[in-house]
Amino acid sequence: MATPVVLYETEYEQLKRAITRLCADANAKFVFLVDRSGQQIASHGEMLNLDTTSLASLTAGNVAATDGLAHLIGERGFPVLSHEGERDNIHISIIAARVILVVIFDVRSSLGLVRLRVKRATAEMSAIFEAIDSKLERERDLGISLESPFAEITEEDIDALFN
Amino acid sequence: MTFINYASREINCKIVYYGPGLGGKTTNLQYIYDSTAAQAKGKLISLATETDRTLFFDFLPLDLGTVRGFKTRFHLYTVPGQVFYDASRKLILKGVDGMVFVADSQRERMDANVESLFNLELNLKQHGYDLMKVPYVLQLNKRDLPNVVSAPDLTAELRRKGEPVFEGVANRGVGVFDTLKAVAKQVLLELRKDGTG
Repeated sequence: MATPVVLYETEYEQLKRAITRLCADANAKFVFLVDRSGQQIASHGEMLNLDTTSLASLTAGNVAATDGLAHLIGERGFPVLSHEGERDNIHISIIAARVILVVIFDVRSSLGLVRLRVKRATAEMSAIFEAIDSKLERERDLGISLESPFAEITEEDIDALFN
Repeated sequence: MTFINYASREINCKIVYYGPGLGGKTTNLQYIYDSTAAQAKGKLISLATETDRTLFFDFLPLDLGTVRGFKTRFHLYTVPGQVFYDASRKLILKGVDGMVFVADSQRERMDANVESLFNLELNLKQHGYDLMKVPYVLQLNKRDLPNVVSAPDLTAELRRKGEPVFEGVANRGVGVFDTLKAVAKQVLLELRKDGTG
């Protein structure tokens, strides 16, 4: 099986700061980060009652489908997707080849501004993801085995979940 | 791919229901959705055709509760079963942590089961997974219909690696939670093994 994606508090806070700033700079309503398999990483914004779990899953599906289309016509991918609605718009881009950044904005902003701010934020967040990778790699090289929170899980624990 | 968030103390896992068209994958999810308390589930999303055939995927987020201080969330997906949706089917397997194969027990669907299982192995391989190593459960669905292959014969034909096998009647909920529990258990025990890499 693939190695789990791990996010620690320090990096989570850094990412949270980055998307909070992006949301303000781009005058956006909502910004969130999701991994390519549809797991939500972090979010920030003003949209109440937004079903972020569904949003994450559909975004990942959308990106996967668009990537499939790109491959069909011989492209490596479409790194930026933009959906325009009557009131709200969605800007989707890829960070560090594996994380999806979603920005939701309305008339208070513009596609140009969002693109500009996303570009800057992407550089910042790529550096954070690279730092996470090298941290994990360093620990692996040093033979430090990260303790799984489930290292001691028992079958009874799991049974209890279903009762 | 399991996502462990130490900041929010959450673990998210992805389980995919695979199998031939009209075999009951969506029905499994629908039953889970209908019989789960509101606070433990999110919206059931179905990207389906006008005739209710799965077009891209169904998605159901389930909050199972807390284990060892971590909120445990399972994201359940189905794939479109129809043969010609293979490109979409492949995409859903990205980052999968556990698989359920929902077989249609009817005699005339035997070939479709075999073809779908072969397709699953192939598509997993293309994502770098090996069915032999992925948490996996086989469900023999539609056991209430008159023209079914016997469970031992179906098992002999479709079982790949000694995985748990459950007989099901998904529209009445028979075997649905047993199946989910068995695959969830394997996924969580897998985390015990390799932890965070």
